[in-house]
Amino acid sequence: MMDTGHKRIFKVVGTRPPRPDGIDKVTGRAQYGADVSAPGMLTGRILRSPHAHAEIVSIDTSAAEALPGVKAVVTSKDFVFQDDDFFRDVQENCMATAKALYDGHAVAAVAAVSPEVAKAALKLIKVTYKQLPHVTDVDLAMRPDAPVVQDGRSLETVPAGMSANVTHHSEFGHGDLASGFAKADVIVERSFTTAATHQGYIEPHACLAAMNADGRADLWCCTQGQYNVRTLCAALLGLEASQLRVTASEIGGGFGGKTTVFIEPVALALSRKSGKPVKIVMTRDEVFKATGPTVTSSIDVKIGMTRDGRITAGEAHLRYSGGAFPSGTVDMGGQAAFAAYDLAAVRTFGWNALTNRPKEAAYRAPGAPQAIYAVESVIDELCQNLNLDPLDTRLKNAAKKGTLSSYGPTFDDIGLIATLEAAKKHPHYTAPLAAGVGRGLSAGFWFNFGGNTCVTMNINTDGTVSVTEGNPDIGGSRASISMMAAEELGVPYDKIRTIIADTASLGHNDVTDGSRVTFAVGLATIKAAQDAIAKMCARAAKLWGIDAEAVEWVDGAAVPAGPNAGKFPPMSLAEIAAVSFQTGGPIAGHHEFHADGAGVSFGVHLCDVAVDRETGATKVLRYTVFQDAGRAVHPAYVEGQMQGGAVQGIGWALNEEYIYGADGRLQNAGFLDYRVPVASDLPPIDTVILEIPNPGHPYGVRGVGETPIVPPLAALSNAVSRAVGVRMQSLPMSPPRILAAVMAHDAKV
Amino acid sequence: MVAVTLWGSLRVFTNGRASVEIEARNFKELLDGLVAAYPGLRPQIERGVSMALNGRIYKEAWFTEIRPDSEVVLMPYMQGG
Amino acid sequence: MKSIHISTKVNGDAMEFVCAPDESLLDVLRNRLGLTGAKEGCGTGDCGACSVTLNGRLVCACLVLGAEVDGAEIGTVEGIATDGVLHPLQQAFIDHAALQCGICTPGILVAAKSLLDRNPDPTDTELRYWLAGNLCRCTGYDKIIAAVQDAAQKMRAA
Repeated sequence: MMDTGHKRIFKVVGTRPPRPDGIDKVTGRAQYGADVSAPGMLTGRILRSPHAHAEIVSIDTSAAEALPGVKAVVTSKDFVFQDDDFFRDVQENCMATAKALYDGHAVAAVAAVSPEVAKAALKLIKVTYKQLPHVTDVDLAMRPDAPVVQDGRSLETVPAGMSANVTHHSEFGHGDLASGFAKADVIVERSFTTAATHQGYIEPHACLAAMNADGRADLWCCTQGQYNVRTLCAALLGLEASQLRVTASEIGGGFGGKTTVFIEPVALALSRKSGKPVKIVMTRDEVFKATGPTVTSSIDVKIGMTRDGRITAGEAHLRYSGGAFPSGTVDMGGQAAFAAYDLAAVRTFGWNALTNRPKEAAYRAPGAPQAIYAVESVIDELCQNLNLDPLDTRLKNAAKKGTLSSYGPTFDDIGLIATLEAAKKHPHYTAPLAAGVGRGLSAGFWFNFGGNTCVTMNINTDGTVSVTEGNPDIGGSRASISMMAAEELGVPYDKIRTIIADTASLGHNDVTDGSRVTFAVGLATIKAAQDAIAKMCARAAKLWGIDAEAVEWVDGAAVPAGPNAGKFPPMSLAEIAAVSFQTGGPIAGHHEFHADGAGVSFGVHLCDVAVDRETGATKVLRYTVFQDAGRAVHPAYVEGQMQGGAVQGIGWALNEEYIYGADGRLQNAGFLDYRVPVASDLPPIDTVILEIPNPGHPYGVRGVGETPIVPPLAALSNAVSRAVGVRMQSLPMSPPRILAAVMAHDAKV
Repeated sequence: MVAVTLWGSLRVFTNGRASVEIEARNFKELLDGLVAAYPGLRPQIERGVSMALNGRIYKEAWFTEIRPDSEVVLMPYMQGG
Repeated sequence: MKSIHISTKVNGDAMEFVCAPDESLLDVLRNRLGLTGAKEGCGTGDCGACSVTLNGRLVCACLVLGAEVDGAEIGTVEGIATDGVLHPLQQAFIDHAALQCGICTPGILVAAKSLLDRNPDPTDTELRYWLAGNLCRCTGYDKIIAAVQDAAQKMRAA
């Protein structure tokens, strides 16, 4: 049974203690992926296709192998053939076999005694390519005459007669669209596009692999999930999971992009072949070209509304491309598109098409920002057309407990209305707008996940507690896990140290994704604490000579439960721990489970922008984020998620995009030309945390990491559209795009 | 019997029905029952599905109990970032 | 190419190393001197994760050659704390949750200290423009600005 914690008074949860990794990170001591090294280590480097699409006719590695200092060269032949589509796609993305599918696709790799020799060796590998026609645009890729990226990859969900690039189709929703639209006073139908963007973590992928001839291997890498790295690498190299120990380094940002493998299997293969440790560190150019950006999308949305602002029907057609490999991300977009609204008639139709782009990787709430951008843009235009307040209109249509969601289930307790109301009464919403300034808002949604989780908690004899968990800490989770352990055990936060285990030291944990860690690892930590508490109560009972059931845990100590249990002074955790060897041995708590009940999350973003009509440049003047966190365990870190996600969304809305040339090659594979937001681009990002407890967690915690990237796209687009008087329909709204829209509009007037 | 709501694109495999009745007491029996009654659903179920039970989403838990009056919605296998 | 012998001072300590003529100061610091606090985020001077000071001037270590620093004084993140006591900037970054993943933190600390050494009382705008060469992808910069201003205020009061 869940104690929903609604009335619980917290002592630690909700405070802002310093993070345990803080000193390491401000002094330069923290060890990230590229910071580890091993004696005798070689440098690994990867040769990549210069073509968007090409048949690999032959690869001649003999000259590279002959170069002094080269210790190993590998190609796709050095990996185990995979029967399963999922594993084969991961492997094919790490090292191409028959075809190079995008500019930057890996085709071979070398390990050498120095970076210089490795670089020289790459130049000696002779790859004979036969260039093939390419396609990088999702709409063009869906045309029947489009160049085929991969044949035979369409799922049974795709109707016959479509381009072989179309791999997946899905449809969600309920109700009768035709009668819904018939009830509308106004219908707006618009098409939108969004560019692929990169997660843009500042730390390039890096790993160090050491593999022996007997198949035993160690791998250090920056990853969001060391267990998943183990699963994938073990399959690709033909290893047993027990023989491959993966240790996650500190991670320099991931945002979803470090949930799979790129260089890790290659480093292992090079190490196996050379018999020496091999380190591979990607360059920034490689990160952009060959690791996961988001999908690129093209979306049509049609929404009907009554004069008083009730949505009568909503329909969306989503065309996503996850690059050169099949992707199901459009399912997430189709389910999320209208999730914020209580609708009688709603339907989304999703398609995924292959293009000659790198394989998509997750990026915070994958698939949702694009779909919700399109829907929230049309709602804003309807509000403009009908002269309605955009917040009141969203409140009028907002999903709440009991609403049949657009993706199927009926909502339990959700915080959307409270979040919208918080935005409405915030001073930002009613602050006067200067001439030429536009104000935009958008709601956003994400599902949040739980997943497979293990936690071990050791009660040390000095009264301190060691928590071992298995999820790399991206946003301060070691602090929040320690806080929940402290809360449940009733001991001070600084008595606890939480560490992240390697794959051999703790059972499987799913990847740090889906906003799952504070929710699921937190839940497992609470249960592990309860397990340890039960054991400590039993030890106290033994010492007191009473039944274990007659002991309860209050404020960090065992106490007799009621007057009949006998009169004994409370026995603290430290006192029980000090005699644990004499009372039955070491004390530890464990919990292993698959966490469900994560609880969805809603956010509302509000922004003011000024647009320079001469240059098309947008300045964000004010930005406020409202989000339901369920329960903010460490409010400063929750705010950090909200601010960071919002700014990534601002970058997506205003500037970031993958730009391909006519030759299908990526034109802006570097931070200078890709241009993520910098400090001088931005105003303060204000935050308002709502706490509508998640019934699926004892403290009410909801995941918070992904939702914040969802609303900025439409919030910015709506603000810019209102500022310039033109409805923007394409992201990013870079200066040339805004200028073109303004000039087209001015020419008409 | 449990009424299971399917997402739209699965209807081609259930003779056009958006909701089907399956004899099942848990998630595993539900999946087995769906495949037995509608073999066209097998590839999707093998790729992975989630189940929303009274509004709460379960990714894999086979032995999650389902009651006859439960609201059961099949969903694609969830992925996040 | 023949290696070059260089004598320099890093964080006040005399150090010597040999490096290739085309080897960056960043590679020297990380691979030859064991100072991995400066990070390589891009190798092209766009991200600021490798920010260090060279004779008091803020530079990207990836754009400086190791061969250039003979006789110079280099300051890195490892030298900001003195005698085990955190610098007010370092403490403020922890107190204000101004770091998440922390990969940009060394560069931002070096850059922010370099600003406060010149201008102990910057405006938010001055600070945002000074730090415009240091990318952070986690925080949205909000808490970084708050942390630097708090540290600046404490340093002025000290």
